[in-house]
Amino acid sequence: MKIIEDIRPDQEFLAFLAQGKFMLQQSRSSGKPFFYPRVAEPRTGKTDLEWIEASGGGTVYATTLVRVRPPNADYGVIIVELDEGPRMLSRVEDVGPAELFIGMRVQAKIVPFEDQHCVVFVPAASENSGKDS
Amino acid sequence: MTIGRRAQAAIVGAATFGIGEAPGFTSMDLAARAAIAALDEAGIGLAEVDGLFVGQPSDFLSGLTFAEYLGIQPRLTNNNRTGGSAFLTHMNVAALALAAGEINVALIAYGSNQRTGTGGLVSAAAPNIYEKPYGLRLPVGGYALAASRHMHEFGTTKDHLYAVVKSARDWAMLNPEAFLRKPVTREDYDSARMVSDPLSVLDCCLVTDGAAAIVMVRKDRVEKRKAAHLLGLGEATDHYQIAQMPDLTTSAAKFSGQRAFAQAGLTPADVNVVELYDAFSINTIMFLEDLGFCKKGEGGDFVGSGVTGPGGSLPVNTNGGGLACVHPGMYGLFTVVEAFRQLTGTAGDRQVSGVDIAVAHGNGGFLSSQVTAILGSNATR
Repeated sequence: MKIIEDIRPDQEFLAFLAQGKFMLQQSRSSGKPFFYPRVAEPRTGKTDLEWIEASGGGTVYATTLVRVRPPNADYGVIIVELDEGPRMLSRVEDVGPAELFIGMRVQAKIVPFEDQHCVVFVPAASENSGKDS
Repeated sequence: MTIGRRAQAAIVGAATFGIGEAPGFTSMDLAARAAIAALDEAGIGLAEVDGLFVGQPSDFLSGLTFAEYLGIQPRLTNNNRTGGSAFLTHMNVAALALAAGEINVALIAYGSNQRTGTGGLVSAAAPNIYEKPYGLRLPVGGYALAASRHMHEFGTTKDHLYAVVKSARDWAMLNPEAFLRKPVTREDYDSARMVSDPLSVLDCCLVTDGAAAIVMVRKDRVEKRKAAHLLGLGEATDHYQIAQMPDLTTSAAKFSGQRAFAQAGLTPADVNVVELYDAFSINTIMFLEDLGFCKKGEGGDFVGSGVTGPGGSLPVNTNGGGLACVHPGMYGLFTVVEAFRQLTGTAGDRQVSGVDIAVAHGNGGFLSSQVTAILGSNATR
């Protein structure tokens, strides 16, 4: 069992990503996943935390198209609501800005970012997510 | 009229300085000029200031810098930072400290030279590892995400956002101090450069220089001065990063407003003018809903009906707001100055007649901090 002194939220999250795992935290007693990683469950302060692997499924909750100067291309940024409940900032790859919409089903994908990794999303149809929209 | 406990404090001086472009001044110079002007208006000397409240753009110890600059040794120095709403949180502490007898004269000030200064735009919004990879442009991107959700849930449109922009501009045209006094047309709006969809550059606040300051005292010190009495003040916050906001269409202004109105013993129907922090056009719609001036989801139609503009039944942002009057990085204190001017009959061509109750509403972060102040004219004391 992990005890509070063990948890280094950002470090452990990034280490999991490096192993190809997108992890959330939850309190064993509350059983409700949360994101972003912390040393205690938000609202309750409970420290009986464990890491659980996210299903990776989610739904686009909000969108914006960030406009940039040419020759760079405009890009979308989203808030995604994970199937486990928490929301996170991210982007959707493999989809043009015009095809991005609120309510779109997406699936998580881990990609390199600088010398670490981050979680992005792709349209659920292009991954075998096994979930209905 | 029921008067809440905070009516023990009142604003007796309010001033602005350097709105638009003020080349050659430092941010602290601007704050100090506004402070001296507010004290002059109150007829209170600098030496009497024993409560000092400030939050300068790039100076995280600006309470100390400001005390030193003014050459005073305050009993209470407060540098609380909640984004642009900070100065309304300062009013909260000032009112409590005045009521407790800890201080006698509170000075609250802010200044920024962000338009003409060499330092460039100052943002406290440093992304963390959960935001940085995605390149959300802050702060505009946070508000754009909220706007996208409001549009999705309630059918809010660009027509509605344009109505906000038009209302603010129409007011600014009546304000000689306002930075943008040229009429805005629908063609201008439709052709404006997009920044972070659905928000264009015309949906975004200005980037100007400017300073504001207010002086607060206990009720017994008001005497024959022009005054805006603090009838109620509520604070609320429910997130910092936009992705952590519980509901992107409802801000914590719902709670700050409820707290402020409860203290004041008033309802939105009692309010004559509203000065709210319109960092982006969506703010006006959301805050009018959250503060109870219309139902959730109906803010777009509410503004679209024209009630918030000159001659309307609920004048909103009568100085032109952050969209058209002034936005030197943090705008919150300017809502209070404009409320003071409306309540004291000193708003010139844009004066609304019969103003006894005004709301000043501050916003900080990415819809993160909400602070609502309800102010009353001398008739309410």
